[in-house]
Amino acid sequence: MNDNQEPVLVCKDLSISYYTRAGEIPAVVDFSLTVKPGETIGIVGESGCGKSTVAMAIMQYMGANGGITGGSITFKGRDLTTLSENELRKIRGSEISMIYQEPFASLNPSLKISTQLMEVPLAHENITKEEARNRSAQMLADVKIPDPERIMESYPHQLSGGQQQRVVIAMGLLSNPSLLLLDEPTTALDVTVEAGIVDMIADISRKFGTSQIYISHNLGLILETCDRVFVMYSGEVVEEGTIKSLFTWPKHPYTNGLFSCIALPTTDKNAAPLKPIRGQLPLPFERPQGCYYWPRCDHYEKGLCDQEHFKMEFVEDGASDHRVRCLRYKDIDHSALDSGDSIREKLEIGEQVLNVDTMKKYYEVRDNSLKALFTGKTVRHVKANEELNFTAHGSETVAIVGESGCGKSTFAKVLMGLEAGTGGEIRFNDKDISNIAVRDRSTEQIRSVQMVFQNPFDTLNPSHTIGGQISRVIRQFGVENDKEKVFNKVMKLLDIVKLPRDFYYRKPRQLSGGQKQRIGIARAFAGNPSLVIADEPVSALDVSVAAAVTELLMDIQREHKTTLLFISHDLSVVRYLADRIVVMYLGHIVERGSTEEVFSPPYHPYTEALLSAVPIADPEITKREIVLEGDVPSAMKPPKGCPFCTRCHRRIGDICDNELPLEMMVADRHAIKCHIPLKELSKIKPVIRIPDEAERVHAQ
Amino acid sequence: MTMESTTEMRPAGFGAAILRAIKSFGLLRESWIGMAGAFLVLFWVIVAIFAPLISPFEPNTTIQPFAMPGMTAASGGTFWLGTDHLGRDILSRIIWGSRTVLFYAPLATLCAYTVGILMGLVAGYRGGLIDDILSRISDIILSFPVLVLYIIVIATIGASGFNIVIAITFASAPGIMRIVRGLVLDLRNRDYVAAAQTRGETEWRIMLIEILPNARGPLIVDACLRLGYVIIMIGILGFLGLGLPPPDPDWGGMVNETRQMAMAFPHMTLFPCIAISSLILGFNLLADGLREVSLRD
Repeated sequence: MNDNQEPVLVCKDLSISYYTRAGEIPAVVDFSLTVKPGETIGIVGESGCGKSTVAMAIMQYMGANGGITGGSITFKGRDLTTLSENELRKIRGSEISMIYQEPFASLNPSLKISTQLMEVPLAHENITKEEARNRSAQMLADVKIPDPERIMESYPHQLSGGQQQRVVIAMGLLSNPSLLLLDEPTTALDVTVEAGIVDMIADISRKFGTSQIYISHNLGLILETCDRVFVMYSGEVVEEGTIKSLFTWPKHPYTNGLFSCIALPTTDKNAAPLKPIRGQLPLPFERPQGCYYWPRCDHYEKGLCDQEHFKMEFVEDGASDHRVRCLRYKDIDHSALDSGDSIREKLEIGEQVLNVDTMKKYYEVRDNSLKALFTGKTVRHVKANEELNFTAHGSETVAIVGESGCGKSTFAKVLMGLEAGTGGEIRFNDKDISNIAVRDRSTEQIRSVQMVFQNPFDTLNPSHTIGGQISRVIRQFGVENDKEKVFNKVMKLLDIVKLPRDFYYRKPRQLSGGQKQRIGIARAFAGNPSLVIADEPVSALDVSVAAAVTELLMDIQREHKTTLLFISHDLSVVRYLADRIVVMYLGHIVERGSTEEVFSPPYHPYTEALLSAVPIADPEITKREIVLEGDVPSAMKPPKGCPFCTRCHRRIGDICDNELPLEMMVADRHAIKCHIPLKELSKIKPVIRIPDEAERVHAQ
Repeated sequence: MTMESTTEMRPAGFGAAILRAIKSFGLLRESWIGMAGAFLVLFWVIVAIFAPLISPFEPNTTIQPFAMPGMTAASGGTFWLGTDHLGRDILSRIIWGSRTVLFYAPLATLCAYTVGILMGLVAGYRGGLIDDILSRISDIILSFPVLVLYIIVIATIGASGFNIVIAITFASAPGIMRIVRGLVLDLRNRDYVAAAQTRGETEWRIMLIEILPNARGPLIVDACLRLGYVIIMIGILGFLGLGLPPPDPDWGGMVNETRQMAMAFPHMTLFPCIAISSLILGFNLLADGLREVSLRD
């Protein structure tokens, strides 16, 4: 990068507001940013901090109720805020491109990929159709899509999510823009697919010289893709700097708070637990006086932080372009660890509670086509779960990890009695429950197996009050029946999940996502269950809120000595909270064992790839890079042999394609399902390397 | 966060629920279209309630045939809207006729909704064979022209107020079932329904208490529109002579009885028609207003 080059984009003191019935809402205030040619800028922040609004303002696509109230956006010397709609149309899509979060919503389902791609150069340049077609095919090859000619003739629904997002990125790059805006481009994708896309995005600026603005809530992804990063909080930038200086020496308490909320490999649920940021993001019209962050800040000083609003300033003794918006940053020593009281005792593992023994779940799919009638194959099976074997003990946290379609949610349904198993057994307290529908289970059985659901906006019935919903559970489980006692029990549960008692009379729409999820937890624990299954309970929540909910879940588990089955796709969270891990792929358990066993060699090749795919927000931790090819095969047509053979980077030959591997026992309760001999697997080096405390620089 | 905040148990009951319902209805004030509709409907409701007090004449007595609007009666009083060929005061008949319409139309809609909602809930929630059977039945009913259906039903069971209700229920329930079924298909996959299932609730409780209240938005709007449609239907039935048996006043019947004289005495048909349209317009505007309000936040 050349410092003398003229910047591509300069935002200066930008302020953006939305106008609603409630009045003017300042969404972004005092935002300044400079993008140099070929540079990748990351904007990170929680939902509602204004990061997408900035992207929309750069595109000058604010909608009817948004407007820029101050400052300027200069793109290659021209002020975008003063251009006419006609001039803007020439710039959008040709000089500035934007890529959105959901690829399937960005592509028109009724047009072929070729039509949609060719439209870009045809609209902006004076070229022939043939040339446009050639350019499109070339671009598809550049974004590493295999067989571009076939993809050109496909419709969007015939492509997988990862392929769709690559097509969208190709579309954005086709006119060779100077600036590419990426708004959470991988959030809707699976981790191993995400790793491939991120790898490619990091390549773009090198290959095409395109400047990029990468918007994400995930600090790990920002670290892997960007040169400089802006941290936003409540509509303003609180800290900016190069990746190295900001990730190694974060100055703002909020930035530091974000890092304490993510499960890094250095955290541990007992010795070094996550430290959630208390409170929640203020609404734009409820921002406090002075620093917007002070009500949640541990370093708040009365009379200083809550007075006037102040500007960003350069960090003294720091890198030259590290700026921070904090009056007290010099007095705060973030590296001083205040562990002490937060260390917790390791839980005693109890008796075996759950024993899943060769459990199978097939779904029947009826094929009514003529061809199927002739061949007599009218019923096909989707093998959602194939011979699952694992056990869980009292007070133990067992994580089930895998990407979408691996069958983890199907297992949860069978365990809860919402679906009947096809074969094998799930023994809960020595009684097989895989075939007992929830209707036929005794109150005792229902009460002792409960579930926390994934989507906080869906988990509570919007028509009933919080109190009514929890009381119903208590009455249903026969814990209490007397009106007064039920009410008191609900109050107690609200205390346990750390919510104010007057939430009893609130409706779910008056609650934030994190609060709803707490109610979901309260509901699951109302009957004092011995087994709780949590299906991605925090994946839809913001980083700081997710940390708080995770901690709460573990605190309650600790208190009740509950067995927790934690379903997740995020290995870093799992490493943090699980005692044992079950890795699933396409309905099979490919590896299971204790957390340490799964995270260190010998690995199953899929576990190895998963570990490598998870972004880690710590620049000093190094990973071996393993990027998987392609996508997860459809469960309708699984590979004949090992389920992972189509994507495996350690394939050893035909045996992988033709024979299903057997489980190899590495140690007691640690098994790997692979054809590669254990000896070979043991020679593989660890994927993640954590430097010793002495090697680290941040304690300078 | 103060953990020791004390929250008292509040009394639960119908009074509080009704108060809340009225409050949420107050949202309608933000839509002038909805307000206009509400006023029209309210106007006719008040007219129907106070019919004995405000109607100037007996609706069924012959006073003076073929009087034009504004003529004075021999016995004193004015025929504001004239009289019909049998000499009955049209204004009084319209006022009393609003009672029949506002009694039978909501009753018929309510019955149709009860049947339609139950069918839709079961079909959508259970799926499978029951869904197939219920859906095919509704397909068959919906494939008949509505008017033919009414004529068949009424001709079979005879013309009376309650038979109108039965006919309308029979013809409208399948349409309502379709709407409810569609809504249920979406709502039954929500996590809160799964949560209710995993705590062992009965199917009927899940359908009626967990799912149905969340389908209320589109259903309330549809009910308002359908109410207007039912009023037209009652009018049409009256016009075809399949409505309420004479001599009780019935807006559709009034148009039917006087239609041959419409060229010479337009007021005899015009005013009952205006009454019908204004009430339907009222319900349609109300539905628009409700839709507008429900789309906001």
